[in-house]
Amino acid sequence: MRALAEPFIHLAGVAKVYGQHRAISDASFDVMPGELVSLVGPSGCGKSTLLKILAGLHAHDGGEVQIGSPSHPFDPSKDVGMVFQAPLLLKWRRVLDNVLLPAEILGLPAAQSRERARDLLALVGLAGNEDKYPYELSGGMQQRAAIARALVHDPKLVLMDEPFGALDALTREKMNLELLRIWKEAGKTIVFVTHGISEAVFLGTRVIVLTAGPARMADNFVVELAYPRTLDMKTHERFGEYTRRVYRLLGME
Amino acid sequence: MNTKLGRWTLAVLAHLAFLVAWYLFVRLGNVPKFVMPSPAATLDALLEPHYGWWTNIAVTGTEIFGGYFLALVVGVALALVFTWSKPLEAFFMPLLVSLNMVPKVALGPLIIVWFKYGVLPNSIMAFSIAVFPILLTTARGLREIEPELLDLVRSLKGSRWQLFTKIQLPGSLPYIFSGMKVGAILAVAGAIVGEFLGSDRGLGYLMLQVQVTLDTPAMFMAVLLITVIGMVLYGIVLALERLLVPKDARIG
Repeated sequence: MRALAEPFIHLAGVAKVYGQHRAISDASFDVMPGELVSLVGPSGCGKSTLLKILAGLHAHDGGEVQIGSPSHPFDPSKDVGMVFQAPLLLKWRRVLDNVLLPAEILGLPAAQSRERARDLLALVGLAGNEDKYPYELSGGMQQRAAIARALVHDPKLVLMDEPFGALDALTREKMNLELLRIWKEAGKTIVFVTHGISEAVFLGTRVIVLTAGPARMADNFVVELAYPRTLDMKTHERFGEYTRRVYRLLGME
Repeated sequence: MNTKLGRWTLAVLAHLAFLVAWYLFVRLGNVPKFVMPSPAATLDALLEPHYGWWTNIAVTGTEIFGGYFLALVVGVALALVFTWSKPLEAFFMPLLVSLNMVPKVALGPLIIVWFKYGVLPNSIMAFSIAVFPILLTTARGLREIEPELLDLVRSLKGSRWQLFTKIQLPGSLPYIFSGMKVGAILAVAGAIVGEFLGSDRGLGYLMLQVQVTLDTPAMFMAVLLITVIGMVLYGIVLALERLLVPKDARIG
């Protein structure tokens, strides 16, 4: 418990510029180990850019990015798992082999990785689908497989870029609950990018609000709703307060 | 299962109906044999021993398969070279697109000047016409990779080689087969045009010979045999595709 004071991710004044365009300016926030932080904002607010900076895919143009701490060391080549809006499963690979892709790239021991991939498929609710091809799965199931793939190499940080944005509303709610369960069981730090305000509040231990034009960080607050969260919490007074707070910041009220 | 069987039945029925319509047209219309022979008269052409059917099938088959195989090897190899070297691609691709516009049939007389009569120039003809679709679609398949998949590999610090072997190459297989299917049909046409323009053997050559004597049944038989050779080639490509590419990934 004593390590709790050390943030796992520390961002201070982070900026990213593409030519004349400021994709993000002065992003500053901390993420504690094991947190599920929602980054919410409209398109063009720089949330995907931030995610790519965290993934080590983009260099930042200013400020400080620090991931990992003495108690939670972080290896940028092994400790990032990614989930995107599209499942991006390889059509020619069976589900189990899709999940194994990061393990193969990292050259992890094959037998152990297979074992782990099977366990993860069970964790995401896909036991029995190991030998199917992606086209045999529904959109929601494909995204579950993509989540298992993001966890197979046991990364410390999982980055999700609107992972449920392409799903229908009901599947999306179901996947939100599933993600919370997986997060609890896998114990990962998750940064979850979304433009769904209700989704951001429902999932997050904390919500970071980004606004567009100019892209900047507008708010960062802790969601004081107990886990495990249930769908009826969405009707709670406090849940409404949080979502209204975000709507107001995004100029939608 | 039922529908699959149903489709096969319909396919066979359609072919049989075509044969019957052909037969009835010739029979009821009293069409002379030199204009259009009946199916039976066409089959009878095979009994003519001095037409050397087997030899000619072997020659035309060699030209088609040889030219096609060469087109496959060269087309895929060039596409691979282009994926690995952007400057080479930037330099040669526009040229190849222009060369693709050259009607390969128009090269026939030149190919004969360069390589004389025979199996080789006709194989080259088949090659020249089949290589472009294979090259261009393969290059496209290797290029088309979702940017986010690239991000995924990069976030794991995967190597260029891993990206190639695990994602690009298997991902391009459906495209390669799509090009191979187009190429298969074109290779047949290329070899036959080559034989028309100048050769001393082959089914296309035989057609020109029997045309002089108005042996239309033999011409029909030659066309039929060329078609069968093409179907065998196409069938092999389809079978390979079924073996190597999962259902959902197939295109064209």
